[in-house]
Amino acid sequence: SLRVNGEERTFDGDPTMPLMWYLRDDLGMTGTKFGCGVALCGACTVHLDGEAVRSCAVQMGDVGGKSVVTIEGLDPHGQHPVQVAWRNYGVPQCGYCQAGQIMQAAALLKKTPAPTDDEIKNAMSGNLCRCGCYQRIHAAIRSIAQGA
Amino acid sequence: MTHYRSDERPIITNVSRRGMVKGVVATGGLILAAQFPAIRGALAYPTGASAMPHGVVSDPHVFVSIAPDGIVSIVAHRAEMGNGAARTSLPMIVADELEADWSKVRIVQSPGDEEKYGNQDTDGSRSIRHFIQPMRLCGASARHMLEQAAAKRWGVDISEVEAENHEVVHRGSGRKLGYGALAKDAAKLPTPPADKVKQKDEKAFRYMGKGNIGIVDLYDITTGGTTYGQDVKLPGLMFAVVARPPVVGGKVKSYDASATMKIPGVVKVTTIAPTSEPNKYAPLGGVAVIAKNTWAAIRGRKTLKIVWDDGPNKSYDSKTYKAMLQSHVRKPGKLERNRGDAMKALASAKKVITAEYYAPHLAHATMEPPAATARKSSSGIWEVWAPLQSPGNARGDIAKTLGVKPEQTVVHETLLGGGFGRKSKCDYALEAALLSKAMDGAPVKVVWTREDDIRHDFYHTVTVDRFEAGLDDNGKVVAWRHRSAAPTFMSNFVPDPKHPSAIELGMGWVDAPFNIPNIRMESGEAPSEVRIGWFRSVNNVMHGWSTQSFIAELADALGRDQKDFLLEMIGPARIVDPRKEVTTKFWDYGEPFETFPIDTARLRNVTELVAKRAGWGRKLPEGHALGIAAHRAFVSYVATVVEVAVDKDGTYTVPRVDTAFDCGFCVNPERVHSQTEGAAVMGLALARYGAITFKDGRVQQGNFDDFQITRIDESPLEVRTHIVEHGIDVHPSGVGEPCLPPFAPALCNAIFNATGKRIRDLPIGQQIKI
Repeated sequence: SLRVNGEERTFDGDPTMPLMWYLRDDLGMTGTKFGCGVALCGACTVHLDGEAVRSCAVQMGDVGGKSVVTIEGLDPHGQHPVQVAWRNYGVPQCGYCQAGQIMQAAALLKKTPAPTDDEIKNAMSGNLCRCGCYQRIHAAIRSIAQGA
Repeated sequence: MTHYRSDERPIITNVSRRGMVKGVVATGGLILAAQFPAIRGALAYPTGASAMPHGVVSDPHVFVSIAPDGIVSIVAHRAEMGNGAARTSLPMIVADELEADWSKVRIVQSPGDEEKYGNQDTDGSRSIRHFIQPMRLCGASARHMLEQAAAKRWGVDISEVEAENHEVVHRGSGRKLGYGALAKDAAKLPTPPADKVKQKDEKAFRYMGKGNIGIVDLYDITTGGTTYGQDVKLPGLMFAVVARPPVVGGKVKSYDASATMKIPGVVKVTTIAPTSEPNKYAPLGGVAVIAKNTWAAIRGRKTLKIVWDDGPNKSYDSKTYKAMLQSHVRKPGKLERNRGDAMKALASAKKVITAEYYAPHLAHATMEPPAATARKSSSGIWEVWAPLQSPGNARGDIAKTLGVKPEQTVVHETLLGGGFGRKSKCDYALEAALLSKAMDGAPVKVVWTREDDIRHDFYHTVTVDRFEAGLDDNGKVVAWRHRSAAPTFMSNFVPDPKHPSAIELGMGWVDAPFNIPNIRMESGEAPSEVRIGWFRSVNNVMHGWSTQSFIAELADALGRDQKDFLLEMIGPARIVDPRKEVTTKFWDYGEPFETFPIDTARLRNVTELVAKRAGWGRKLPEGHALGIAAHRAFVSYVATVVEVAVDKDGTYTVPRVDTAFDCGFCVNPERVHSQTEGAAVMGLALARYGAITFKDGRVQQGNFDDFQITRIDESPLEVRTHIVEHGIDVHPSGVGEPCLPPFAPALCNAIFNATGKRIRDLPIGQQIKI
């Protein structure tokens, strides 16, 4: 059993199934995106016991008793400071990678409320965006860091 | 960085999501009902839209509905893949002319149906330039109908009333009626003739040209509420992955699925028939594993034992193919453009400078790999949900593949997690249709993994460009011979074309605007052994890079400033007309040449503007240098200055990028900024890393480890966009694609200026590493 966005869930399927496919296919929580399947792009980033992880690289057999937060559960009203900053800066283009970007940024700011420019770049370097929204991703995170 | 107010309207996406699943009729409280045939109003100036299949539709009965509570629903009929044109900017044009309050506007995504909505083929950077006129007319017509309804209600002449901010006002008495109260009466009126409808003066624009509204899906994107093709959910949905032939044109000789069927969750293993080339966007064929979840399907596929017959393309090899292209541009080819006598001028030139450039295949690598879902509904209609750049066209292909009439299909358009040309080809939707059919119409989603995406793309073409420039005694370029060889995307449609089509010729090659008396352009033979597609900006990517690099090379050879020499090559302000010089009918991005001529004044202007704003010639830290490039593409004019910083070991970063952009009247400047920022990131990716290579007919890359794209820690973060401001009288032109081509040559020119190393092979890779 595990908790997903505060809700108790039980799973008795294939223990090698990545958390990402459980979220997307079994629970229908498609906010967590499939991008590469091998932890190279960060589109599937969720929080596992508060840490940002690539849910495509976490097996269901390893999440027993743990707590998962996805983009759908980051804030009940979509008002997490990262989500608000993303909207203020008009970050997304196609939007596909943005849930992963937001989850990664939220984890960074939780641990490091006022990251430097290099800390932002390091923390976000595992999250790919093909449209190329990096300037605004960086600016949006910096705006929160400077407000902190 | 552009800031604008946060716009959070969750309701909008509820409507659109419902529309996405059930079609337009599900919005509820529809007041304006579609009448047929829809009005196709006359337009003030001609565009290429009228030559596109099904042209344009401007009828508000098709695009606009108003509910009794005043909520205005506007249909988005084109594909939204990230530039905001389809779901934000075009509806914004309607809303502006309608005098609608944007907070009361909802977006409804149309299904694929070009007879009803007009052309839906979302590529070629056409959405705004083809649809600003019909969408303005659409909004203005709806406003006129609301005014008519109010005038009738009050018993006054229509000249006494005026629509303003979601209500109609009677000027004499100050009486007002909201749009919701008028909608029912207005809906009964016929669409007024275009000449009776007054479009706004641009001074009265509320949204056009302002950049004051966010994209409509912003809230949902930031909360995980969007539905892309990969995200479609249906009751009883099954999930499929396909083992496709590793070589294009290959087929399954035999397969053994006994281990696969033992994987828990696997439901069925079936084949998709191979296709013979050329066959448009037909699936490649292969063995499909259908399962209760995607993971089981992926696991199952790994256990398949397949013996492939690789077919005719099994020896395709990027190294030997490159050598072949090189040999073809070192001898005379098919004449494509001729001005004066370049052969004679080269023979008598004081000096001839020659250079060859090579750029390999690229994969689109949209962050959303292709995916599609299909089922047969209880009423016998085939339904497909997919991220399609051309949903109307795909509908025809889906119907044909299933052997039914288009009317027996509904193609629901999802959001696209990136397109860049890949999702112009609907092979994945056809796979879904075939697999659902194999499951007696049960809902099946085909998921492409990243490896599937990288290895089974319609690739950006591979090109060799060879230049020979003849210089006279005064250092003037008197002759220019440009030979090019690249496989053509026409190979998807006709057998063995070998030479580029008019469309490919027109993208940054035979449209070259240079002020040179003798020009000769020849294409070398290039057979296609893979599926060639179109990648954002298409052949402009290569020709823009090679041409703008070579011009800088000439400047260096002559000891001239690269920017001044570029301006000299562009020459004085004039209209350049290649139509009499080309051997294949000139293609000006599908536009009437008179509407969108090649205007060197505008190309000069962006070049001078970007040089000024970037501080061309400014003092720079050690290891830093600037490079410049200018290019016309999709009838827009763009120039870029890249600042590069090269360390002693050859590691380089891009501290700053300046781009001057002339896209005519700029409907949504905020999204033009975002497109330009993104183009710097994508431009850097293709210049630094971009290469898909083949060996034994097989793609050698598979994921983001060996097909790398730019990450944030190496991305240009300071990207300044300088939009050339125009009024509505300068027709809007392309945005999404034209900002890309100048980046790579500006970068390579900067690298040369910093290191003395001229890049003639892309990607740059380790070439400047020390």
